[in-house]
Amino acid sequence: MANFYTDNEDIKFHLAHPLMKKIVALKERNYTQREQFEDAPKDYEDALDNYDKVLEIVGEICGDVIAENAESVDEEGPKVVDGHVEYARGTQQNLDVINQAGLNGISLPREYNGLNFPITPFIMAAEIVARADAGLQNIWGLQDCAETINEFADAEQKAKYLPRVSAGETCAMDLTEPDAGSDLQAVQLKATFNEKENRWYLNGVKRFITNGDGHISLVLARSEEGTQDARGLSMFIYDRNSNAVTVRRIENKLGIKGSPTCELVFKNAPAELVGERKMGLIKYVMSLMNAARLGIGAQSAGIAEAAYREGLKYAQERKQFGKPIIEFPAVYEMLSNMEAKLHGMRTVLYETARFVDIYKTYYHLSHERALEKEERNEMKEYQRLADIFTPLQKLFASEYANEVAYDSLQIHGGSGYMKDYPVQRYVRDARITNIYEGTSQLQVVAAIRGVTTGQYAKYIREVYEQATIAPEYEPLRYTLKGMTDQLEACTQLVTEAGCPEYVDFHARRLVEIAGYTIIGYLLLADTQREARFAKSAKIFIQYGEAKVASYAAYIRNFNPDQLGLFKK
Amino acid sequence: MKGLKIVVLAKQVPDTRNVGKDAMKADGTVNRAALPAIFNPEDLNALEQALRLKDKMAGTTVHILTMGPGRAAEIIREAMFRGADGGYLLSDRAFAGSDTLATSYALTCALKNLSPDLIICGRQAIDGDTAQVGPQVAEKSGLPQITYAEEILECSEKKLKIRRRLERGSEVVEGPVPCVVTVNGSAAPCRPRNARLVMKYKHAKATSEMQEADEDYVTMSAQRPYLKITEWSVNDIQSNPEDLGLSGSPTKVKHIESVVFQAKEAKVMDASDAAIEEMMKELIANHTIG
Repeated sequence: MANFYTDNEDIKFHLAHPLMKKIVALKERNYTQREQFEDAPKDYEDALDNYDKVLEIVGEICGDVIAENAESVDEEGPKVVDGHVEYARGTQQNLDVINQAGLNGISLPREYNGLNFPITPFIMAAEIVARADAGLQNIWGLQDCAETINEFADAEQKAKYLPRVSAGETCAMDLTEPDAGSDLQAVQLKATFNEKENRWYLNGVKRFITNGDGHISLVLARSEEGTQDARGLSMFIYDRNSNAVTVRRIENKLGIKGSPTCELVFKNAPAELVGERKMGLIKYVMSLMNAARLGIGAQSAGIAEAAYREGLKYAQERKQFGKPIIEFPAVYEMLSNMEAKLHGMRTVLYETARFVDIYKTYYHLSHERALEKEERNEMKEYQRLADIFTPLQKLFASEYANEVAYDSLQIHGGSGYMKDYPVQRYVRDARITNIYEGTSQLQVVAAIRGVTTGQYAKYIREVYEQATIAPEYEPLRYTLKGMTDQLEACTQLVTEAGCPEYVDFHARRLVEIAGYTIIGYLLLADTQREARFAKSAKIFIQYGEAKVASYAAYIRNFNPDQLGLFKK
Repeated sequence: MKGLKIVVLAKQVPDTRNVGKDAMKADGTVNRAALPAIFNPEDLNALEQALRLKDKMAGTTVHILTMGPGRAAEIIREAMFRGADGGYLLSDRAFAGSDTLATSYALTCALKNLSPDLIICGRQAIDGDTAQVGPQVAEKSGLPQITYAEEILECSEKKLKIRRRLERGSEVVEGPVPCVVTVNGSAAPCRPRNARLVMKYKHAKATSEMQEADEDYVTMSAQRPYLKITEWSVNDIQSNPEDLGLSGSPTKVKHIESVVFQAKEAKVMDASDAAIEEMMKELIANHTIG
């Protein structure tokens, strides 16, 4: 009888963000779909009510079915039978119930039987699913592959594949190979065009493919013989009905055990080219990756939520030295920091989701009609913001999911190390979030340009700093202004050395300084809408201020010549 | 095959599974205001059996028939969110105070308007636990009945095959169509609400609910007939007024007392992991542990 949506006011709070009004109006084309589709909303309130009701279904299924199955799924895991994946019993039951509830194609247009929801409520659903079973989010969340098909495939492909996703068929993105992990330019899977049949065929091996036996796969392959870099790679759709890919093995992982991580063998597998040749990695995978990184942010928030709740519950129940351990400073400090991090990662997650929503909706709109100049500018502005915020939120969310889960286990003491409590699963599940879809180190590589070009600082100064706030929060803003000063000063110190390697060396510190400042401002903004966030805002900003000060001191006391000391 | 016309009898009940100390009023009646109103759990099991027949047999329709106050339309919407085609709300002051006899009489009269092929209902409602209404409807309608059904295994327009629960096992029986089936709580749980159906039917309203509707809504419901939940008063059914409501109810509550059970009923299970897991889930679900 649990509901993971209605028991969490914070998700509802973000759903009601003021910017949603603009997003929904764009997504619903000013509420003009009503004549054509019986489930289209008539106005903003009606649309929001739809999101609310659907998230309530997600919350109920997650609380009553998926969370109940999580332990057995973790224990049992999927297996390979005759070259195909067989999910754990619980996973299959979860997927069946999700399909009955029609929770697929959530953000796809109605013409493909999608729910036409913005990305933001989709990400909320993803967070709720991940709280119940992080590994299931990998399978269910891959429906965002359909977004990439919707963006770049042709009309015929969209009509063929998208309704299948809406009906509950699962997806996969086949990128990684044994020698191409972080460096996807090295992909070797071979795509050859058969002139006579007018058809592409794929041959080779993919590794570490999440839900590799999904119904519809997006495959990155080398279509240009003789090339070695990104420009020789194209994107293909492989349909499992062709039955030309076998699952050779499933990895035995530390966590997210319900999610089958497959090694795939493509043997003359027929495939359809998506979009233009040679644009596979350069354009399509980048888009796919950004969507996936938002999904990992949601997964991280879900795991952190679950871990925080377990930690809090245990600390209230467990008595030592004659009182509940939550009354000891060492424990309550941990819990309050965990909560502040959870609120922080969530606020930057949904801020990013809103940016993505606006620019993607404009992008789709631009295929229906010519955009006004103002709209075009807005699309570009929000795309730029989405590009710099996506790696930042992925970095913070995934690292915090690990920290929150770690601390939650610590609160449990010896009991937390035992399989009797779910917290050990959260620790194991969290550990992948800062590795896949780009390690934290690669998120920093993606985000550092936002620092060195001054984009984060500019947005902080021009937007966050200018927001109207209640006078009692001025001291917090004063602190945040100081942190922004540090961001600018440190950036200048590092860049003026004129050495790219030196920038790379300090990149993580610089990106984190920007992140602490941005998340601090976002929590301050949340506090203006609901005073209950004041606690987390104060705790986070104080914590962030200290972090920034230590990074700044490190950078100031550092000399570019010292790089040699670290080289191996 | 033209499919079956199925009517599911359902009741909106106070949620007695999570009762606090204010669940009963001083006079011994249920304090309905303190308890959330829900779809009677075993009626949901019944709905699932009906929806499975609809999935299997093209042309089959599933409608809810419920008797209650205006707000009981909520469970008709709940059923539509899960795949039912619509419903009928039997609502009138004349039905107030009905015991099981008067209730089954009113329902039987309403069913005559519908002449369904199959009437499916939950074994019993959690607010009274009588398990009488289903069998009484069968008796009054002159139809055969199959009680404690766990699964409808086969069904055609002529007959159906059902597995029914017994005290220490189960048996498979056949019966003719039309008939009345009462479904046990051990049957498959009802499917969840469906996102698309929720968005489609959330504005469905019964006649009495329409009174607060604005002009916008009236226009919309005129264009979308599926949004109308049929509401019947005493005038819409053929009945003998003497047999309805309080006057048709011989049951009189004389005294209510709170009884605490000391000895618990025993449950036999095998020693498999699956059985133990099942028991753990049950104990967590009814809040014995966790």
